[in-house]
Amino acid sequence: MTDRDVTSAEPVLAIRDLSVGLRARSGVTELIRGVSLDIRPGERVGLVGESGSGKSLTMLAVMGLLASPVAVTGGSVTLGGTQLVGASDRTLRALRGSEIAMVYQDPMTSLDPLQRVGEQIAEGLRAHGVSRHEASERTVAALAEVQLPDPARLARSYPHELSGGMRQRVMIAAALAGNPRLLLADEPTTALDVTIQRQILSLVARIQRARNLAVLWVTHDLGVAAQFVQRLAVMYAGRVVEVGPTTAIFSDPQHPYTAALLDAVPSTTGERAALGQIPGSPPEPGSFPAGCSFASRCRQALPRCTRAEPILEQRPSGVEAACFVPPAEWRA
Amino acid sequence: MSSPAAPVLAASDLVKIYPPASRAGRPSTALAGVSLDLAEGTCLGVVGESGCGKSTLARLLVGLERPTAGTVLLQGQTVTSFRRPELARRLQLVSQDPFSSLNPRLTVSSALTEVLLVHHRVDGKKQAAARVADLLEMVSLGPQFASRLPHEMSGGQAQRVAIARALAAEPQILVLDEPTSALDVSVRAGIVNLLAGLRTDLALSYLFISHDMAVIRQLSDQIGVMYAGRFVERGPWQSVMSEPLHPYTRALLQAVPEPHPDGSLLGGPEGSAEESTEGTLEPGESPAAASAQNGCKYAPRCPIRIDRCLTEEPPLEIVTGAHEAACYRAGVPVEPGDVPAEAGGVGERA
Repeated sequence: MTDRDVTSAEPVLAIRDLSVGLRARSGVTELIRGVSLDIRPGERVGLVGESGSGKSLTMLAVMGLLASPVAVTGGSVTLGGTQLVGASDRTLRALRGSEIAMVYQDPMTSLDPLQRVGEQIAEGLRAHGVSRHEASERTVAALAEVQLPDPARLARSYPHELSGGMRQRVMIAAALAGNPRLLLADEPTTALDVTIQRQILSLVARIQRARNLAVLWVTHDLGVAAQFVQRLAVMYAGRVVEVGPTTAIFSDPQHPYTAALLDAVPSTTGERAALGQIPGSPPEPGSFPAGCSFASRCRQALPRCTRAEPILEQRPSGVEAACFVPPAEWRA
Repeated sequence: MSSPAAPVLAASDLVKIYPPASRAGRPSTALAGVSLDLAEGTCLGVVGESGCGKSTLARLLVGLERPTAGTVLLQGQTVTSFRRPELARRLQLVSQDPFSSLNPRLTVSSALTEVLLVHHRVDGKKQAAARVADLLEMVSLGPQFASRLPHEMSGGQAQRVAIARALAAEPQILVLDEPTSALDVSVRAGIVNLLAGLRTDLALSYLFISHDMAVIRQLSDQIGVMYAGRFVERGPWQSVMSEPLHPYTRALLQAVPEPHPDGSLLGGPEGSAEESTEGTLEPGESPAAASAQNGCKYAPRCPIRIDRCLTEEPPLEIVTGAHEAACYRAGVPVEPGDVPAEAGGVGERA
């Protein structure tokens, strides 16, 4: 990035070879398989994939919010120097809100409908030892930072009195009130209208830059990723299949899945032609095939692809892709 | 809209006012005077954000609800005067969630056969089985799907079955209410392509409703943009998409996150223009709140409004060719410095 050299800094969050599985008496069903990702201070990273690709599960694993029988089965997640995998509830609770914060898709499931929004934000701060008076001042400041009008009055309103966009602003204010270093966001703008989505993305981008915050943004929307994140990881069947600078991935995708996904997105400009389709559907967890998981749907697949599993490798364009067939050899 | 043939579906001055939800509440105006003509064999795309009235419009057009005022004419006859089966043989609704429109205990074959028999589209069960296979093929599903139950299918497969069931009645018109909104990117592409192909192959007419400008563009001949219960712009798809006249349409198009980065990330150092849009667009006022004003419902959010916009409601009028807009400032460019008075605050109302 031109403004800040983020690549040299130590990562805020380092995910290494993370695997998540569903434990049953009959064995472990793999859901996420060897995901690695770094997020550095001041960096906005996107995790993109379709339903069931494992993107939300990855985020829950980072937060330590997996519920039995789903659990981390391998790898590590370090925040600063702290290992999060296997950390005690007490350690995780101390980190959540103060070091890591999370925003979800539906603010109504995170907000208590019977409590004033200001109290809910202050409660989170008080849990980390902030005094009552300071918590209330910081709450109003947090609501002002997300550009809610008349924050002192707004702090006294109940969630149902707010619109969807305002509620999501409240959630962002709550997430940022504890001054975390890392913000994890799971499709927070997906349920919003595009005009409101645009405002929320601009707002988070501005705050993120001002605070040099590290952001991991999970989305199914390639458009949102294109406009919002500097680096992008594309997930398919529990793996990262391509990762690198957003502009490089969009202008010159190195994995056939990424390329097919981009072809499937309609645009508001350009020629109007039939959208690209991907035949078949992703493999179900528990029945991941041998070799590359995408091979059976891939137009570029070679016999080799169903035998061996490609790993992420550096490409000249600056991205890493897990595919045996470079774009130069792709069939049209 | 100009169309030589008589419209297959026509609405004039549709108004729908819902009674107050509580004793203290106010009645809510979902539609405030909507007229449209759907020409035979064409697709009219209706786009707008939450609360603009587009789904209410769909429900009135298919006769699920009666308008407070105005009429819907289907092939020249009032839609609510048809008996249900007669209506179903002419017009079918496909909605967002296929699982809510499919009986969870009926196999695909039974669900389709039921429709075929009720509407006398086949003579007996044997013919029905052949027709079920045809219908599945039409929506690109293999014959093995005939024995599936809804829970044994993915969202995309279930939506294909919902489309097949709509087609089983052999209607001339499909009203499609956000049929792709719950689907993944790659699945959505398949459904959009399928709908495009079916329209040509079966000479269907579509009223296609979506919040997604890019999907609307993909399928529509004409595009109508709704805001606060009205059309604010309407015209041939090329004109609306490439030369939008209404400031709302332009804001909507600008807000669509395009899947190709232009180098200026939101909030980036070179993206200072972005910062100004943060407060410029005052989002989704409910039609109820908006109908309290006398003027243009978009005026409070509009960066180029003039005094007249606040006191007088602009009618939907032809601006160029077949391109209509309801705006006194239609086509006036928005300069970077144009900001409505309320900017700075969010101005969004619950």
